[in-house]
Amino acid sequence: MTNWPLATVERAQAAIKKVAFCGVIIAAFCLPAVGAHADSGGARVPLLPKYAQECSACHVAYPAGLLPAASWQRVMGGLGKHYGTDASLDEASVREISGWLQANAGSYKRVSEEPPENRITKSAWFVRKHRDGEVPANVWKRASVGSPSNCTACHANADKGNFNEHEVRIPK
Amino acid sequence: MHVFSLISRTLALGALVASFHSVAATPAEMLAGYTAQAGTAAQAARGQQFFTSKHGKDWSCSSCHTATPTVQGKHASTGKTIGPLAPAFNPDRFTDSAKTEKWFRRNCNDVVGRECSAGEKADVLAWLMTLK
Repeated sequence: MTNWPLATVERAQAAIKKVAFCGVIIAAFCLPAVGAHADSGGARVPLLPKYAQECSACHVAYPAGLLPAASWQRVMGGLGKHYGTDASLDEASVREISGWLQANAGSYKRVSEEPPENRITKSAWFVRKHRDGEVPANVWKRASVGSPSNCTACHANADKGNFNEHEVRIPK
Repeated sequence: MHVFSLISRTLALGALVASFHSVAATPAEMLAGYTAQAGTAAQAARGQQFFTSKHGKDWSCSSCHTATPTVQGKHASTGKTIGPLAPAFNPDRFTDSAKTEKWFRRNCNDVVGRECSAGEKADVLAWLMTLK
């Protein structure tokens, strides 16, 4: 209601514009990281706490975007026989985790293919990116690696969804 | 005598009911619950034997937890680090009955091919509690 001098009003409007502009810039840098891609830097969907708690009790919290919905559905339907171990869960937890996986499953082109045995490591894109020549075949046999499913052996920040190939360090 | 027996039965029933819900507990309370369910005293030496032996399958408990689980273990297939199992070395262990039951159910299935009996759980827990 006060009658502000014109200069003050203009300055205030300019400040608001600046703040809005910064917001747009921040969003432009942050939002792409939320998308789920089966590629180096992506796969940063925030983890469902229940998924992190239950699934990463035994292994890296594999990004939901690395398997298509149909594969996740089979994984979650067979937890009693989960890659050689009993990973069964109570019904409520299965429902909660399944719902989140379905909502965040990979729909990105290369992930849309359902890999054999519902294994991320048997997806064509995974095999191609880790083929002999990219990763020497003997690397997989090292005690420090053990298995292709042990992402963190070489991708130190895999548990945070970071698979950037420039950050790969293959252990001895 | 009669009253005492009634009280101990009520306590055992309470422990049994508690084991199906996520209830904060102490390792000693859980041991009391399993012992009451089993109806016999727990034997730590028998628990150690059970823990470190194979039971007709590929893994024993110690395949992942090590034979002296006062130290970190390692998941036999994924290589993921597993915190010490002995409560004296990891205060979170055996303090949540639902969590304890979940892992006994899964791991006994992997190691023994069936669920463990209350007596087997009591023996193993009794042994783990002797590790200081």
